[in-house]
Amino acid sequence: MVLIDIWAALVGFAMILYVLLDGISLGVGLLFPAAANEDERTTLMATISPVWDANQTWLVFGGAAIFAAFPVLFGVLASALYIPLMTFIMGLIFRGVTFEFRSDAASKKPWDRAFFWGSLVAVLSQGIMLGGILTGIKVSGKEFGGSPLDWLNPFSVMVGIALVPGYIMLASCYLIIKTTGAIQVRAYRHAFWSTLAVLFFMAVVTVWTPYHYPLVLQHWFAPPRIYFVWCFPMLGLIATYKLLASLKAAREIAPLACAISLFLSGYFGLMTSLYPYVIPPAITVWDAAAQRETLLFILWGAIVVLPVVIGYDAYSYFVFRGKVGSGEGYYS
Amino acid sequence: METLAGPVFLSRLQFALTIGFHILFPTLTIGLGLYLVVVEALWLRAREELYYRMYRFWVKVFAINFAVGVVTGVVMEFQFGTNWSRFAIASANVFSPLLFFEVLTAFFLEAGFLSIMLFGWKRVRPAVHFLATCLVAGGAILSSGWIIAANSWLQTPAGFSLVGGKFMVTDFVAAILNPSFFIRLSHMLLACFETSVFAIAGISAYFLLKGVEVPFYRRSMGVALLMAAILAPLQVYVGDTSGREVFGHQPAKLAAIEGHWETNKEGGAPLSLVGIPDMRDERTLFEVEIPDALSLLVTHTRNGRIPGLKEFAPQDRPNSLVVYWAFRLMAGIGFTFLFVMLWAALLWRRRQLFQSRPFLRTLVAIQPLGWLAVEMGWVTAEVGRQPWLIYNLVRTSEGTSPIPAGNVAWSLGLFVIIFLSIGGSYMYYVLKTLRVGPDLTSPIPHTHMPAGIKVLERLPGPAEGE
Repeated sequence: MVLIDIWAALVGFAMILYVLLDGISLGVGLLFPAAANEDERTTLMATISPVWDANQTWLVFGGAAIFAAFPVLFGVLASALYIPLMTFIMGLIFRGVTFEFRSDAASKKPWDRAFFWGSLVAVLSQGIMLGGILTGIKVSGKEFGGSPLDWLNPFSVMVGIALVPGYIMLASCYLIIKTTGAIQVRAYRHAFWSTLAVLFFMAVVTVWTPYHYPLVLQHWFAPPRIYFVWCFPMLGLIATYKLLASLKAAREIAPLACAISLFLSGYFGLMTSLYPYVIPPAITVWDAAAQRETLLFILWGAIVVLPVVIGYDAYSYFVFRGKVGSGEGYYS
Repeated sequence: METLAGPVFLSRLQFALTIGFHILFPTLTIGLGLYLVVVEALWLRAREELYYRMYRFWVKVFAINFAVGVVTGVVMEFQFGTNWSRFAIASANVFSPLLFFEVLTAFFLEAGFLSIMLFGWKRVRPAVHFLATCLVAGGAILSSGWIIAANSWLQTPAGFSLVGGKFMVTDFVAAILNPSFFIRLSHMLLACFETSVFAIAGISAYFLLKGVEVPFYRRSMGVALLMAAILAPLQVYVGDTSGREVFGHQPAKLAAIEGHWETNKEGGAPLSLVGIPDMRDERTLFEVEIPDALSLLVTHTRNGRIPGLKEFAPQDRPNSLVVYWAFRLMAGIGFTFLFVMLWAALLWRRRQLFQSRPFLRTLVAIQPLGWLAVEMGWVTAEVGRQPWLIYNLVRTSEGTSPIPAGNVAWSLGLFVIIFLSIGGSYMYYVLKTLRVGPDLTSPIPHTHMPAGIKVLERLPGPAEGE
């Protein structure tokens, strides 16, 4: 049982790391139309081009970890969310190839569009998938038992839209660190407005979720969760306040730290509400887990290799640290 | 029963399309990665500017190729859940850790060091840059190791026990190092290397014929052909060994590849050179044969017994027409490469390697054949595995997801459109990079300027650092 909980935590770690890291990259894509000219878009792209691939790899890792540790979860979710999951991947395809193709293109317009729309489609489908999970998935036996459009409802669409300001907030705070001049000034403004939008949507999601998923209320108001579940919205409010204050004071590092805290507050709040269910209302982590030997085998791999991965990813961020100057060559 | 509009056939088609498109890119990533390691090692050792220029030129092709490979690869993993969830859930205990370790040990490595390889010239020391190149190339090779382990497990499953229709792992080492793993990995890696060096040689030959940047493309072609001289004969040998492995573990596949219907009761089995296997009439039409040659090749004896396709129930036979010709195309290309290298050796002895126009034209003509051979080899392996998903244990039709065909038709249609546009753009930008040609003048970052560098002759004086 402990082994399964460790894996639930590891998968959760990989997922939130993906959301935060690729959220920044996707958010930069969402901000593309707001740039003043081609040079600015080139600078925006240069802030993420050395790191986007490593960031996106956390998604592939998360997918493989779910497949290996919770195969039932993997099989049921991917079948149930077939359409938004495939749409998400197709969005990532256009977003991803743009990094190379745009730098080689004489006319950058088509790739600017591919980058924005690819990012937008990816973000919307991510949110819709989350919303689709929260509104419940029909399961028969250990298989998906619903129909192809079950995930589509007002709540899931709302979560999809909510993720847009969320990633814009992350990306703007990142751009404050990585850029100077006009782009940075704009990033401060975007960060401010998107934070307010995030606050609004978080409140809506918190109120609306129990309607689709009544078990959440039981989880919130019964011990032991009642003793600590309130601290996540508190953390969210403090993070929002600090974020707005640090934007006003034109701080550079603090806004991103606060934005990440805000995301974490929402994420932990959500996880506390769901656990131990991974597919509400039918399947728990224990129902979904793989054989003990398999969990042990991959756990040893993760313990030995994951610190090394995080080490060289950090090294890569270190190599490409500092502000991106305008017009910095892609291949320098 | 499998219908053309059912979710099973459509899911197979989609998997075939997505992996068939995806594999084009890792093939070059793996091979060109090795070539770049060799070129950068030569630059660090020989201190000749030409090698630095070669690296910077070919790495551009590598970068475009890598990006398309990464984004088309993401869909492969998730398809196990979207389209093959019954297989995924039943086999995950044994199968999925192989994919997990691929991401953990290889995919992260490539993604983590690629940016240093591409954009790190001014930011890191030469040794660190070289290490980044090695880790990206090594990551690509390691990645193929895990993927081939996973695929080979489907071909020759090992290290598990079946409990109530579910695969339970008993021995991970046996599952990973399953019986066909080593030979199939060698065959695939050699195919990637060979495809890539013949691609580089063909492109270089094209520009040599046009008389453009002659010293640059001569050296590029020289290094590529040197590598090909080792790879081409080795691949023919490994391919032959691989054939005998198939005979040992998947005799139905071998019989289908050879259009071999009747088990040879007395005397050797003949080798079919050309023919048209007919699945309904259970015979091969218009056949040209060499007596006893199949027994000789596969068992190394004249009368070795080779089971014919009729030994297997009709519903357990792979489609012979497809694998018969896929295999012949692949093997034909392998031998073409070998003969071209024999010709190259002859020309090299006469010191005409870079002058012989017929030879250069041949290199240009065979340039894309490596990819065709990879695709055909994959068709041989995978269609030859049918009707099984996990060989002799789980049928392909039992592995799909509980989803309607409409889902799959929708995504399949979109993938066709996306791959056409991404593939078209890829060709456009690779050809554009090649047309623009190598950059022989931009200054070398000063951290990478070794003392006593041998500069290109066309440059006025030593290249200036920044």
